[in-house]
Amino acid sequence: MGAETAPPLPVRSPDEKRAFKRELTEVVPHLRAFARGLCGRPDMADDLVQETLLKAWAAQDRFEPGTSMRAWTFVILRNAYLTDMRRNRFRGDYDETVAERVLTAPAGQEEPIHLSDMHRALLTLPAERREALLLVGAGGFSYEEAAQICGCAVGTIKSRVGRARAALTTMIEEGNIPDRAIGDPQAHRAILEELDEVAAGNGRAVATR
Amino acid sequence: MAGGKKTKRGDAPKTGGKPSDPEWAAGLKRLYDSVVDEPLPDTFKDLLSKLDSAG
Repeated sequence: MGAETAPPLPVRSPDEKRAFKRELTEVVPHLRAFARGLCGRPDMADDLVQETLLKAWAAQDRFEPGTSMRAWTFVILRNAYLTDMRRNRFRGDYDETVAERVLTAPAGQEEPIHLSDMHRALLTLPAERREALLLVGAGGFSYEEAAQICGCAVGTIKSRVGRARAALTTMIEEGNIPDRAIGDPQAHRAILEELDEVAAGNGRAVATR
Repeated sequence: MAGGKKTKRGDAPKTGGKPSDPEWAAGLKRLYDSVVDEPLPDTFKDLLSKLDSAG
């Protein structure tokens, strides 16, 4: 796209590159957590994080030292996720057994709900609400930071988080959690339709196979 | 009877202007934290060291 007036990128010193890599390394666990919340399957989530790391490394000259590495890499991860989703990568692949094993609460913890229920419920939310809730409710980002990551207004994020919270509360209190969030064609279609909107304005419907 | 214990309700009580979290909110946070606390798989260590030689 028209890059006529792109400012020259700064040349990074070896020290700066080292600092970049240190910070990048530090955010990997957070990237994994965000990715897993987004796409459900640990293996796919880790693939997504690896893709994110490579992209972040390639784009490191665009990172402004002193700003949030976590927020910067979350943007990259989010974009990679949306692209991959549209390319059919995560479709129909939610593995409940894996999720159950990975997400089960630590022994001895009494929980009003199981984490696997929590995750399934989360995965039924439209992508834009799910990511907003993950960023604010789990990742600890402020509404302002989440808005920057998602490229939308703060009010939009607040509204998405509010709707996500309301939906989850209803789902969980009414015991209305779908058996298989991603495997359910209807839930899946809804997610993909939302993704088409989120993923950048060319709302091309993606055919399922 | 109507009282002492916390009941399951949609309209959580407010504390200090901020709506208090529903029961699942802690679960959501733990879902995230449980992944953050996992040891990093070797594939990531390998990748990160490859980045060094690439850079």
